Amino acid sequence: MGMSRRQFLQGGALAAAGVALSGKTGEASVDSPVTRIKGLKASTTICPFCAVGCGLLVHTKNGKVVNIEGDPQHPINQGALCSKGSSLFQIAVNEKRLQKVMYRAPGSDRFEEKSWDWALDTIALRMKETRDRTFKVKELNKKDNQEYVVNRTEGMAFFGGAGLDNEECYLWSKFSRAMGVGQLEHQARL
Amino acid sequence: MTNHWIDLKNSDAIFIIGCNPAENHPISFKWIEEAMEKGAKLIVVDPRYTRSASKADIYAQIRPGTDIAFLGGMINYALQNNLIHEEYVREYTNAPFIISEKYDFQDGMFCSFDDQEKTYDLKSLAYELGPDGTPKRDNSMKDPRCVLQLMKKHFSRYDVEMVCAITGTKKEDYLKVVQAFCATGRPDRAGTLLYAMGITQSTHGTQNVRATAMLQTLLGNIGIAGGGVNALRGESNVQGSTDYGLLFHLLPGYLKSPEFDNVDLKSYNEKWTPTTKDGRSANWWGNTPKYMTSLLKAWYGDNATAANDFCYSYLPKRMGSYAYNKIMDKMLAGGLEGLVCMGMNPAVGGPDSGNARTALSKLKWLVTVDLWETETSIFWKRPGVNPKDIQTEVFMLPAASSVEKEGSISNSGRWAQWRYKAVEPVGQSMSDLWIIDQFFKRVRNLYSKGKGAFPEPITKLAWNYGNGHEPDVHLVAKEINGYFTKDTTIVDKDKTLEFKKGDQVPMFKYLQADGSTVSGCWVYAGSYTKEGNQMARRDQSDPTGLGLFPKWSWCWPVNRRIIYNRASVNPAGEPFNPKRPLIAWDGLEKKWKGDVPDGPWPPMKDDKEGKYPFIMLPEGHARLYALDLKDGPFPEHYEPMESPARNLLSRTQNNPVVKLPKNVSSDTAKFPFIGTTYRMTEHWQTGGMTRSVPWLVELVPDMFVEISESLARQKGLKKGDRVKVTTERGTIEAVVLITSRLKPFNVEGKMIEQVGMPWHFGYAGTAKGDSANLLTPSVGCANTSIPEFKAFLCNIEKGGSKA
Repeated sequence: MGMSRRQFLQGGALAAAGVALSGKTGEASVDSPVTRIKGLKASTTICPFCAVGCGLLVHTKNGKVVNIEGDPQHPINQGALCSKGSSLFQIAVNEKRLQKVMYRAPGSDRFEEKSWDWALDTIALRMKETRDRTFKVKELNKKDNQEYVVNRTEGMAFFGGAGLDNEECYLWSKFSRAMGVGQLEHQARL
Repeated sequence: MTNHWIDLKNSDAIFIIGCNPAENHPISFKWIEEAMEKGAKLIVVDPRYTRSASKADIYAQIRPGTDIAFLGGMINYALQNNLIHEEYVREYTNAPFIISEKYDFQDGMFCSFDDQEKTYDLKSLAYELGPDGTPKRDNSMKDPRCVLQLMKKHFSRYDVEMVCAITGTKKEDYLKVVQAFCATGRPDRAGTLLYAMGITQSTHGTQNVRATAMLQTLLGNIGIAGGGVNALRGESNVQGSTDYGLLFHLLPGYLKSPEFDNVDLKSYNEKWTPTTKDGRSANWWGNTPKYMTSLLKAWYGDNATAANDFCYSYLPKRMGSYAYNKIMDKMLAGGLEGLVCMGMNPAVGGPDSGNARTALSKLKWLVTVDLWETETSIFWKRPGVNPKDIQTEVFMLPAASSVEKEGSISNSGRWAQWRYKAVEPVGQSMSDLWIIDQFFKRVRNLYSKGKGAFPEPITKLAWNYGNGHEPDVHLVAKEINGYFTKDTTIVDKDKTLEFKKGDQVPMFKYLQADGSTVSGCWVYAGSYTKEGNQMARRDQSDPTGLGLFPKWSWCWPVNRRIIYNRASVNPAGEPFNPKRPLIAWDGLEKKWKGDVPDGPWPPMKDDKEGKYPFIMLPEGHARLYALDLKDGPFPEHYEPMESPARNLLSRTQNNPVVKLPKNVSSDTAKFPFIGTTYRMTEHWQTGGMTRSVPWLVELVPDMFVEISESLARQKGLKKGDRVKVTTERGTIEAVVLITSRLKPFNVEGKMIEQVGMPWHFGYAGTAKGDSANLLTPSVGCANTSIPEFKAFLCNIEKGGSKA
């Protein structure tokens, strides 16, 4: 946005002062909703932080996010947001976001850039190698001294999911179990 | 949550214990304040004077880890003073049920404890059954072996003096809390109870939750508008990720993941399908085989047939626990080759994270999928280690953010809400949906081409989500909802319904055990029907005025906004509180009006078709007495594993079914203070999503440790000094924050100080700081394994390397 938060707040304060002087709100204000979002495309989203599920509007122009604010029609938050929700813009537009696939070789002191194709093929190979090497068909139950068929991949664990969408969680669960992964856990255990 | 966020406005008393919504769920306070404007009382019980406490009518301090004493005293007070909702308790709970004569409780222990195995024999603690095979009951609730009388006896030890001696609460504060909240035991009053990790993160966390639920049940506060037991969940979709079974013991829809001795689908169904001999119990889990077969059909498609047990043998079978802490122990011991972290950061988020970081270095390979560098993805170059010594191969994959993809998330009130893609992902980042799809397709390709261990679960997996660049998220959502695999006729009472092959299932009651239906997660059946994507709805109508918003998004189960709502009416179907009716039986039209009821059957007093309201339990009645918890049928106070106090109630110091790990210590000479961790508005979880966001970093730039003014005087500390905090697990350094929000606790007349700290910090990102979890113990709840983050012992000293 090329503007620090302080400058942004100062701008808001100036605009508010302007309203106070002129005694009327609305179209004349540089911060009026209509002027502010003119020519922008809007879509709705839900906050990615806590589980209140507040609604937000994402404003875009030429394929770039230019503004995010609370959705006034959303029945839970009615346009209001906390400090984290108000900062969603800086998640969408943030130079520290990961933009490339990075790889760190064993013993190396740095990441190197790799292609998606290479990384995904290598990961698939690692998953298969580990699965084949550590697949447990049968396991002894010490309580009855019997062996049972368990068909489990012992050498691999999958973590995470509270930040994924439902549809992603579902495929993650489906994929994990197909891989024989019993060691599937996520943030709900903590 | 049994209820949902907006419903907080319907409460007469809001009881906050073990959570801090003003800080961690700030927008919830919009609805709490709306209730307060109408006269509701806000009660906050917390070790610290939190942002929520600052808004409260009544605040009471509690020592961390003593919630059962606090809540047990409230249960005792309600029972002794007859403040319970008697009709509700008699009709809808197991209070009148008779318990086995073997039941006994002595000196903090229930009977039939196996000291070797550290387990109870739960059979000795079961219901006594009558000749018809249903539990015996005494509706007068006077039989000395009925649940109500056993409960009265058990909690009679929790009198106000004893409770306050344990919790350190001032007696006058305690009585204010008890009186204000127990006043909601009247049918025309609603009290809600809100909790979060202050309740769950304990070696007796499940019993803490049970104590909240028992209190709410006794007061008749479950199933009603403005009531409920409401777990305030911390991540935007942790409700959804739990619903979809991302835990070792679950499959989607809270079906159990198979155990080793569930050798085929028949024995799985026998093990996990409860039965009842009581025709008036809906026993909803009796439908387990329908949901399991529909799941297997979703996963193995046409390959899953009745002849091959619907590919049940392809599922991995568990033996023992693979809970997070067990996996980390195994990793530390070198027992794991690979780990994939989808937006999870074990180097900061788990207990004893120093050990977790060492454990990561024992892996051959690690895949991380995140928006940012996290402590986990750069663990090999963390401060104090030489990367050359770490042989782990790391793949750090860039993920798309929530505004760069489409799909649904479920909030704490179970509302599944649809999000849209506003822009393309930044740089080369990709949606998690695409990444998972690629993992699968590339692994399948390898198994299709060459040899490998048991390839069929992979090569035969149904994975039909279109031919686009990434899976069509709408096709995934439709599979989750479910559809018919052949033309089907269903007779539902007086209606005959015809479905065509491929039709979406309208709701889970039409799912079948014969393979004629698919449903990837039965609790979400109804979310994506022939009427379209229900999760994307934005109709703002609120016909009841209770804030149910039935056509805004979609909520599981069956769009029921408040679960157990059949308990909001008397057995005749009339609302207990006519001024705030949630559902009501219309005798003329023979149907329920209001919220979607917990099942269509007529009211309970209908002898032929009426059903009990607690439909998820085989006995249909809320369990004031639990049958299946490892630490016994009633909550009992035990001290946290690290505690400065002895157990005043019994000689059983800690939860007897939890094994004491090596690196905990109650040596108060070394560690004289109570440590506790917490969160704040400006950061989130391990900080991965906030510590690189400039606005938030400006608001809270650094890790801090919070202490009282008295401890500051004792240690000669002033605000801004560097301090070191040490536990048996490790040491951290931080800036000290001295506030009047923290006060010492009265422990048997001795004032014990507390040290509070946020757990959001680590060595990655813009704002860095030491991780509080370097200090926390890796010992968890007897039933869930959730670690005891909230109550440990520590020392604090001035100084540190950066001082």
